[in-house]
Amino acid sequence: MRGFGDSRRPQGAWPPHPGPLPGGEREGPLTLTLSPGGRGTWVAALPLPLLTACSGPQSMLDPAGTQAGHIGTMWWILFATCAAVYGIVMLWLLWALARRHRWVEPRGVLPVEEGRDRGLTFWLSVWVGGTVVILCGLVTASYAVDKSLTHLANREELAVEVEGMQWWWRIRYPDDDPSRSIATANEIHLPAGAPVRLKLKAQDVIHSLWIPNLHGKMDLIPGRENELFLVAEREGTYRGQCAEFCGLQHAHMALTVVVESPEDFNAWKEAQLAPAPEPASDEQKRGKAVFLSSACSMCHGIRGTTASASVAPDLTHLASRPTIAAGTLPYNRGNLAAWIADPQRIKPGNHMPLVGVPPPDLQALVAYLDSLK
Amino acid sequence: MSPKDSHPSDELRDGPGLNEDETCRRLERTWGTAPGLWGWLTTVDHKLIGRRYIVTGFVFFLLGGILALLMRLQLAQPEGTLVGPDRYNQIFSMHGTTMMFLFAVPIMEAMAVYLVPLMVGTRNIAFPRLNAFSYWVYLAGGIMLYVAFLLNTGPEAGWFSYVPLSGPEYSPGKRTDFWAQMITFTEVAALAVAVEVIVTVLKMRAPGMSLNRVPLFVWSMLVTSFMVVFAMPSIMLASSFLIMDRLIGTHFFNPAEGGDPLLWQHLFWFFGHPEVYIIFLPALGMVSSIVAAMARRPVFGHLPMVLALIATAFLGFGLWVHHMFATGLPRLGVSYFTAASMMIAIPSGIQIFCWIATLWDGQPQWRTPLLFVVGFVVIFVLGGLTGVMLASVPFDQQVHDTYFVVAHFHYVLIGGAVFPLFGAFYFWFPKITGRMLSERLGRWNFGLFFVGFNVAFFPMHLLGMVGMPRRVYTYPAELGWAGMNLTATIGALMIAAGVALFIVNVLVSLRGGRIAGPNPWGAGTLEWATSSPPPSYNFAHIPVVEGLEPLWDSRGRLPVVHGLRVEEREVLLTTVVDAHPDLREPSPRPTIWPLLSALAITVLFIGSIFTPSAVVWGSIPLAVGLIGWFWPKRSRTPTEPVVES
Amino acid sequence: MERNFVRDVSHLPTHGHGPSNLTWWGTIGFILIEGFAFVLAGFTYLYLMMQFQHWPPGMPPPELLWGTLMTVLLVLSLAPNVWAKRMAEREDVPRSRIAVLVMLAIGVLTLVIRWFEFTVLNVLWDSNAYGSIIWTILGLHTLHLVTDVGDTAVLAVLILTKHGKDPRRLGDVTDNAMYWNFVVAAWVPIYALLYLLPRAV
Repeated sequence: MRGFGDSRRPQGAWPPHPGPLPGGEREGPLTLTLSPGGRGTWVAALPLPLLTACSGPQSMLDPAGTQAGHIGTMWWILFATCAAVYGIVMLWLLWALARRHRWVEPRGVLPVEEGRDRGLTFWLSVWVGGTVVILCGLVTASYAVDKSLTHLANREELAVEVEGMQWWWRIRYPDDDPSRSIATANEIHLPAGAPVRLKLKAQDVIHSLWIPNLHGKMDLIPGRENELFLVAEREGTYRGQCAEFCGLQHAHMALTVVVESPEDFNAWKEAQLAPAPEPASDEQKRGKAVFLSSACSMCHGIRGTTASASVAPDLTHLASRPTIAAGTLPYNRGNLAAWIADPQRIKPGNHMPLVGVPPPDLQALVAYLDSLK
Repeated sequence: MSPKDSHPSDELRDGPGLNEDETCRRLERTWGTAPGLWGWLTTVDHKLIGRRYIVTGFVFFLLGGILALLMRLQLAQPEGTLVGPDRYNQIFSMHGTTMMFLFAVPIMEAMAVYLVPLMVGTRNIAFPRLNAFSYWVYLAGGIMLYVAFLLNTGPEAGWFSYVPLSGPEYSPGKRTDFWAQMITFTEVAALAVAVEVIVTVLKMRAPGMSLNRVPLFVWSMLVTSFMVVFAMPSIMLASSFLIMDRLIGTHFFNPAEGGDPLLWQHLFWFFGHPEVYIIFLPALGMVSSIVAAMARRPVFGHLPMVLALIATAFLGFGLWVHHMFATGLPRLGVSYFTAASMMIAIPSGIQIFCWIATLWDGQPQWRTPLLFVVGFVVIFVLGGLTGVMLASVPFDQQVHDTYFVVAHFHYVLIGGAVFPLFGAFYFWFPKITGRMLSERLGRWNFGLFFVGFNVAFFPMHLLGMVGMPRRVYTYPAELGWAGMNLTATIGALMIAAGVALFIVNVLVSLRGGRIAGPNPWGAGTLEWATSSPPPSYNFAHIPVVEGLEPLWDSRGRLPVVHGLRVEEREVLLTTVVDAHPDLREPSPRPTIWPLLSALAITVLFIGSIFTPSAVVWGSIPLAVGLIGWFWPKRSRTPTEPVVES
Repeated sequence: MERNFVRDVSHLPTHGHGPSNLTWWGTIGFILIEGFAFVLAGFTYLYLMMQFQHWPPGMPPPELLWGTLMTVLLVLSLAPNVWAKRMAEREDVPRSRIAVLVMLAIGVLTLVIRWFEFTVLNVLWDSNAYGSIIWTILGLHTLHLVTDVGDTAVLAVLILTKHGKDPRRLGDVTDNAMYWNFVVAAWVPIYALLYLLPRAV
């Protein structure tokens, strides 16, 4: 996703700059923070190229939350055990093939020697016993880690509703006071350290929410309600993506997860609660008129205006989001204009039709939408 | 009068009274397939049908491989534009569907159709007409799917066709209907072969081949066939539900009317997981055959091997939920499936140990089949271990539906099934064609395939862990996946080169390969007791088995029975456990009815995609076909005593 | 290879009943397959039942009359069926002929009853998932009735003509009888699921 940094940066250059990335077109460019040390230290033993490939905004090997951390530990237990077993099997195979064998004439057959086969039978039982012991260990470890994932689940501080749609994410922060609930799309903000419950549902087809740096995935299934409980620890911006094949644009169904300090989170939340700002310039005013009079308002809503549809993402604070079209394009005016001009070229098959806004109107429309910070 | 009283008629029988040339000449006249197109269409010879089954399966392997290459080329770089999302979704759905339904299961069954009757020492498979029918139905289903694909009506919801995406609302049009009907075709074909193999193994083994002397390949096919019997009804039911939801408005998977999308997943994986073992167990049998011949000793631990096969089959039915760890099922129930999924490593571990032990104690002959077996162990063990990892619910929640899983199951299925299969091609090609494949090309074939495979699939483990989901037609450059994807594509091209070399090898060797003789590897099982390729009647005299490796045990003087008719098709039935001779059973002659019935059922199945009424009017030609098939034929000579009434 | 004859099998019979017969094993194979399909359909029924608060959801369960009549008829049909099998095993051609005709008549009668059964289910297949599964299970069983009646009809023609003197046709009668036993055995749990269970919960 282009929103995560400068696309001119050479490939594979993780970890990227720990500070703000240059060249962002919007204010407050996204940051990718990586904690040196911490859970990263055990990776140090691995060869450098592998190490650098492991971290990133969408990597289970770079945990930024309690759950992902526990699962990361599980992975290293599994990896170490299985690597050892693999090594043993390969050594045994190598020995079996390379040792000096009994002599046999061409096309001749080796007699089965009882004593040797008895010896092998003994080692077979050792082998089976070893397998059983190792598997029991792994089952126990897996069970323990699984239990630890829901630790603190009763201390929930925040609930977020995530609804998978073809092909975007509807996000709601419900509140007992309806006027204080937030609707946004394709981005989740989380306060660092707070136990959070993500309530997952879907209307159309099955999707799966996967934010590898924070937790494993959980499906969103029509007719069912699932949930994912997580605690994000490390501030930063992470990427999540739909992991269950959901049709044409399954590849372009990403979301941004911003983990920030509780203060920043509250500031964001207050900003989101505000209705859309009134257009300041004439161009923005004209853009608002275009929006309200065109097909846009039949699907999209903007709070504070007469546009109240909810079929498509709420646009009240569109310009504060890092991406357009569920992570397909980084947010900026140029991309926004290109997207509105021809959404089907950029994300073929998505449900946003070609509205056909004439160029001057498009300019105004983009100017208005870009004011919706 | 009771059949026991029937006297041997004075007809000609094989045995001391008839000289060998005359016996073979007459048997050939009785069992031979007529030349020309008519003979080709009407044959019921398990070798001819097995051969075309294998070739057809291999053609589908190539088609599925071409689709895989298209995907790899599309993903070789970020934001690739070779194919769009619609085409890509069809391609990956076709790739999975082809490899699972049109290549892997059929080709394993095809190997059984060819080899099992030879290995148990009989003249034809049980129900040879059903066998012919099975092939035609399979061919029709495969052709239908590919014609639909070329007409841009290929499946688009994956080989697993999860609802609601594959349901009436989100997959309008006929694409998924063709997919679901293809299931019906291939399941009918697979079930038919499963029944044939079970009955052949249980009732048609050579005298003396008691259950403890059954070769491991035959055991593996017997166990596999039982798995087919219990796994396939589930997918038949599921795909029927899906078709009915799509075509006549039922609500099995519609949550608004009380249905449940997860019902599909339960039914699909109750089939889909055993399916993996249905593909994998026959390959284990092939490995055992190759290992014994190449190590010059019987496989160590015959009994543990058989028990491991059976244990795998049982456990294989208790694992399906591990495909559903991310669906939010109750945690406690899910934990059971972790344990069960890990436990299946025990029988697999036993088998790996026994093969390595056999090589350790034997004298490995470094021929191409052994190379593929070694490649199999190296790759499959890794795939098995990542399988153990995936059994852990928390870890699976991370890598489920990512390229990690793609890597895992290609290690298991290509390593566990395709490598043994290629080994088996090299091993049995001389039996089937009479000529050896080139060893030199074989080594190159293996080397390219082995290296290419690891280059293609090893990076995918890491790709999945750093976030790349499956079934995406493209990915952004910023996530750093490009390098590993390009590597994978290069590996895929190497595999393609390896497979191309195999084809060259086959084409060259068919004409110029070294003449094989009956037993080029000096192997011990019965298929090597007859000429290469075997005559239409397989064996001039039915062999008698005195041990696990009859040819090794008999040291060149294979005991045989005599007394079967040579002017009529007759096979020897034996008892289930001890293989005592029991009956002389007539075996069907060539006939066109299986082909006609297959055509009728094809019309019915395809017609029902377009109108439910096809089930009614389509059943009329099918009934005609079946009645024609089973209508008793007049024998050339009175073969059986007539009941006096 | 040198000929090393160790045993003569020419004295063996060319036909047997039951498990020594290939067709018997084939029939068992297909009974296993179809039986397992019934089992899975039954599981589907129970699975869907869990999704509903009321079962049946808002309509009366299928009326008892025709389904119960079907159960009674099928269970009673076991008597002539077993008789048919015995006559065939004894190679009593005239009685086997009668038995096959009786079974054919019973088969046709079950189809008539089944027709009425479909009319009193109180739900259509496209009403809801409950309707879908009971129509499907009943349809699946009807398919077995239809094929068995078709089988029996062809067998009747064969056994009433000169083909009837072939002992293999009598073997077919025993296998057909076995298949009918399966059709009956499959019905009893279906009856319990479709007719009794909704009244019990």
